[in-house]
Amino acid sequence: MTKTNRRKLLGSALASGFLAQAQEPRSLGRPLSGYGERSKFVRPVRTTRVTKTPEAGSSSTPLADMLGTITPSALHYERHHAGVPDIDPAAHRLTIYGLVQRPLVLTMEEIRRLPSVSRVHFLECGGNSGVEWSGTGGPDVQRSYGLASCSEWTGVPLRLLLDEVGLQPGAAWLIAEGADACRMQRSVPITAALDDAMLAYGQNGEPLRPEQGFPLRLLTPGWEGNVQVKWLRRLHVTAEPYMTRDETSKYSDLMPDGKARVFSLEMEAKSIVTFPSGGHTLSSPGLYEVSGLAWSGKGRIARVELTFDGGRTWTNASLQEPRLPKAFTRFRLPWKWDGGPVVIASRATDESGYVQPTRQELVAARGVNSGYHYNGIKFWRIAAGGVVTSADA
Amino acid sequence: MRTLSLFAALAGLAIAQSAKYGVGRAPSDEEIRGLGATVAPGGAGLPEGSGTAVEGRELFMRRCAKCHGGTAEGDVGPPLVGGIGTLATPKPRKTVGSFWPYATTLWNYVNRAMPFNEPGSLTHREAYAAVAYLLFINGIVEEKQVMDAKSLGKVRMPNRDGFVPDARPDIKRK
Ligand code: HEC
Repeated sequence: MTKTNRRKLLGSALASGFLAQAQEPRSLGRPLSGYGERSKFVRPVRTTRVTKTPEAGSSSTPLADMLGTITPSALHYERHHAGVPDIDPAAHRLTIYGLVQRPLVLTMEEIRRLPSVSRVHFLECGGNSGVEWSGTGGPDVQRSYGLASCSEWTGVPLRLLLDEVGLQPGAAWLIAEGADACRMQRSVPITAALDDAMLAYGQNGEPLRPEQGFPLRLLTPGWEGNVQVKWLRRLHVTAEPYMTRDETSKYSDLMPDGKARVFSLEMEAKSIVTFPSGGHTLSSPGLYEVSGLAWSGKGRIARVELTFDGGRTWTNASLQEPRLPKAFTRFRLPWKWDGGPVVIASRATDESGYVQPTRQELVAARGVNSGYHYNGIKFWRIAAGGVVTSADA
Repeated sequence: MRTLSLFAALAGLAIAQSAKYGVGRAPSDEEIRGLGATVAPGGAGLPEGSGTAVEGRELFMRRCAKCHGGTAEGDVGPPLVGGIGTLATPKPRKTVGSFWPYATTLWNYVNRAMPFNEPGSLTHREAYAAVAYLLFINGIVEEKQVMDAKSLGKVRMPNRDGFVPDARPDIKRK
């Protein structure tokens, strides 16, 4: 065979091969971009109730759509009392004064020169799950448990700054004030500084989102969200709390005897099954991974149990490591659904030994009008057809 | 409140004799004043100025009623009157009159946060007048009683003793 013939033969063989494997032409994808967006097929958003004053209210994280433990910053829950200010970090100042030896005013640039730390912590509104007190709880995770999120926060330890200004004898409280329109104000026990409190300027690898207090917020891990004042502009060191509107009129727990508990700051252990949960439909009997989130203001989650019979028996779920203190812990358990009606729930225990209570236990202790700090076990009902609803609905 | 833990805090927080990092500068007294009034329960921090419910009524109708209602019964904003005696009932009504422990808190809040759509726009006199009016319609002060830095801290709110410390953990297990 001549060289040319062989080439012809090879050529035609290749050509027929290409024909056999004919494919659709593809168009190029989108070009490089400066700021990434999520897939257009991924659509969960924060939800909010429509009110005449959308500057004062809350929006909830779609917790049932979250994977792992970190909440994307754009989906972190919101709670504002006078809207989200647009603060120029170059113009922002933090002033610390009062019962201190060296009052201090700091620019953001100066704050960022100080030694910093990064830690993962949940943040939960004191009013999260408040709807559950009524007994006809929220229909889905987002509307009932969605005022909680978890981020990696970066900032300066509060203790470092208090050492820097030098406390005077008698200093016991910090009156923290935000730079939002209403100048949100809360009294913070100075004990926060002994633990892990920080002045945070970073969230999930970038500066704080405006909704979370850009350029600077107080972070007192494990405590109710409202005390962790956003857009922080001053810390007035005092001997006594100021009994501000948001620690008396709001965020206080009214007991059946008419007395209201104040400064219930620590968020007690809580967990929620996020799959399967209200709004989901199981397509057919068979294997599913039951999953959810647990957290505690006291420290690490030690155990999460699951029930599939409405609370009669409980099985341990597996916990994703690392279990960080005062952070979301993901729990999971593979489970075979037999197609029949089931009532499921999770129950968290933290490292202090505290066990997440039932709604009945909470109501026995506090009545139904305390409004805040609800951490009861949430039951979901899976009906024979696979539709999942709140079990108390 | 939380006395024990606060003592622990004071013992634990070293009172450093000098700044370790020396970043930042000292604010002047004027700069601190410029941050705006902030008020302790007893009245420390209240600025000069005064007002009565008579002046406050006119201001309320002009600046507050559109959201809180002409009789402060609540609308877009919460009710600001009534509810005294309901806190220990199955249907408690928490208002400035029935629930708030200190009149100074009311001044501090109204001055910084109200009117909701124009916070920071009240003069100190107007804030005193608005507070005097709210206290008057709740039956706490007289119509002509002058509210100022001295008198406001002395007003005794009906629910002054209604607040107790956090009592958790409070769950009894069988
Ligand atoms: C544009 C509507 C609007 C106007 C005008 C307005 N308010 Fe309000 N007010 C609100 C809203 C909304 C809230 C609740 C804010 C929140 O929860 O953060 C509120 C809350 C309050 C509260 C706290 C009530 C509580 O029980 O916690 C007081 C006191 C108050 N307003 C007084 C006033 C006074 C005095 C004026 C006039 C000087 C005024 N408001 C004008 C909308 C308004």
